Amino acid sequence: MSKSKGQTDMDRRTFMGLTVGAAATLVAPGVFLHSIAQAGDREQPVTDKVRWGMLVDTSKCANGCSACVDACKTENGLSNHGRPATDPTWIRKVKVRDNFTGRETNLPLMCQHCEFPPCVDVCPTGASFKRADGIVMVDRHVCIGCRYCMMACPYKARSFIHEDIEIKPTNAPRGKGCVESCNLCVHRLDNGQAMTACAEACAKAGHNALVFGDLKDPNSPVSQALKQLPSRQIRADLQLSTGVRYSGI
Amino acid sequence: MSKIHYREWGIPSPTYWGILIFLGLFIAAAGVSVLYMEHMGHWVTGMTNQIVWGTPHVFAVFLIVAASGALNVASIGSVFGKKVYKPLAPLSGLLAITLLVGGLLVLVLDLGRPDRLIVAMTTYNFKSIFAWNIYLYTGFMVIVATYLFTMMERKANVYTKPMGFLAFVWRLALTTGTGSIFGFLVARQAYDAAVMAPMFIVMSFSFGLAFYILMVMFMYNLDGRPVGDGLLNRLKNLLGVFVAGVLYFTLAYHLTNLYVTENHGVEAFILLNGGVYTTVFWMGEVIIGGLLPLAIIFHPGLSQSRCWIAAACLLVLLGGLSKVFVIIIGGQAFPMSIFPGMTIVEGSVFDAVNGQPFSYAPSLPEVLLGLGGIAMAIAATLVGVRMLKFLPVSLADEAVDPHYSAKP
Ligand code: SF4
Ligand code: SF4
Repeated sequence: MSKSKGQTDMDRRTFMGLTVGAAATLVAPGVFLHSIAQAGDREQPVTDKVRWGMLVDTSKCANGCSACVDACKTENGLSNHGRPATDPTWIRKVKVRDNFTGRETNLPLMCQHCEFPPCVDVCPTGASFKRADGIVMVDRHVCIGCRYCMMACPYKARSFIHEDIEIKPTNAPRGKGCVESCNLCVHRLDNGQAMTACAEACAKAGHNALVFGDLKDPNSPVSQALKQLPSRQIRADLQLSTGVRYSGI
Repeated sequence: MSKIHYREWGIPSPTYWGILIFLGLFIAAAGVSVLYMEHMGHWVTGMTNQIVWGTPHVFAVFLIVAASGALNVASIGSVFGKKVYKPLAPLSGLLAITLLVGGLLVLVLDLGRPDRLIVAMTTYNFKSIFAWNIYLYTGFMVIVATYLFTMMERKANVYTKPMGFLAFVWRLALTTGTGSIFGFLVARQAYDAAVMAPMFIVMSFSFGLAFYILMVMFMYNLDGRPVGDGLLNRLKNLLGVFVAGVLYFTLAYHLTNLYVTENHGVEAFILLNGGVYTTVFWMGEVIIGGLLPLAIIFHPGLSQSRCWIAAACLLVLLGGLSKVFVIIIGGQAFPMSIFPGMTIVEGSVFDAVNGQPFSYAPSLPEVLLGLGGIAMAIAATLVGVRMLKFLPVSLADEAVDPHYSAKP
């Protein structure tokens, strides 16, 4: 925290880093993540003109590859205490087999950024919220750690922070006793970089299974890909209108 | 029947303080557990990111459900006008409040950030049934407290009936609200049932009354005050009806679930192959909490013994805890279906690989916190009856039953 103090170019990331320190010492009441986020590009508020989303092309998702999972951990500073049951997980790799055909599919599973998110509906304090641009995230200054959202999420996308986390200037405030989940690398988006860490890593690894972008922009890579490939939502029966879609399952 | 006289609980001071210190030990242990859990973080508990609600929630929900049920005795007296229950009403109101306080305490102290309670009290999301419950709980306490006042203050007696009615309606809403916490979890197969709400109401009747009878027997026994056989008989018969009701709804719940094909998995899990959950269901919920107490309550010989009646009440409470355990933890241990029609063959700890259920082992601090909640409820009740006139001097049949006639 003190490191960032000397810097003059108080960019968004540094500011977030500052808030992390603040969150860790329980100060900064009234500093809400969404108000920061909505300050947006420091000029533009978050609007509903965009809706961030992703297409997972499972035919390209490689067996045994964990590039996206690793990148997410690094990007968001998800510490690992060697206790998988309680360590935070924002994205995970899953291999499913069709019970009828026996066909196997690899895919990453993370918060699906539901348009009608059950986690937001049930949250008693409103800490769980959806931004105008479709990103579902937790305001970690308001979350009381009741875990009702974790009970409600159909994808088990959320993690409760079970132990102290090493505080380093990461991208979003984090702290023991609160719930968190994938936020589509909101810090990158707010910095004008329309690419998540997972999608970037997947491309770097040469698989290009994750296509990220603005679902409302017909020319965005994700909209183009969605136009070409048949895709579906996981648990479409729940009618949550997810922002993350899958093809090939 | 003469006028009912109430008096403070008059047991000797050393006994009184001895009991309070004994309960205080449990409360202190709960306090230490909370500090430990909050300091270390929840990884020291049995709860994980897969089983997110654990033993504290079992105790909390159990106490909250019992709280609204404890008010029943008062409701029967003032709403349904059954005279013999009237003398029992003040204690019933008191127990309702103390049990609720005990339950809420456990719930709040298990939060990830209990220090933010003020946030929970001031920032609401009105779509959340949880937020509604906060209103239901505080409202319940205020209404029952007012109801108690109208009973205990002679000048306010005229308002007892309307207040009693309000309290009765409110308690139904409260239990429905508690049941709906689970009802809203549509993605989880175990909770997706309409029968959940009425089942919670009958559960509350039964747990609350069992608690009530035990407390009356305990307090009257120590103080050497009489409790009539006729009265006890009525109470235990009523308990029998409620216990049977819970069994009936349990049956209805599982049968309706079996009717819905997509819920066959969870049914098989609870009823047949769920390991500890199956055992707790059959042993705890059905036998200990249902069939055994019923057998005692309606057994011509055993039901005449006070020890056996007390035992039946205890069994009902144990069965109640088991039932809530199966609902809360069993419901999470069963892997919900994320990919219908597919099997997860590889995945992280979040994924039920090959349909493997999630495991949970309660930890000592969690159990201590839960027991602390119960101790808190009992201690607050005892302090209440010691300070104020909650207990009728006599509950002998000739004192309370207008239709009593001594049989030769
Ligand atoms: S996937 Fe889960 S955490 Fe993400 S928005 Fe939907 S309900 Fe909320
Ligand atoms: S854990 Fe936090 S975000 Fe989740 S429902 Fe509770 S208060 Fe809301």
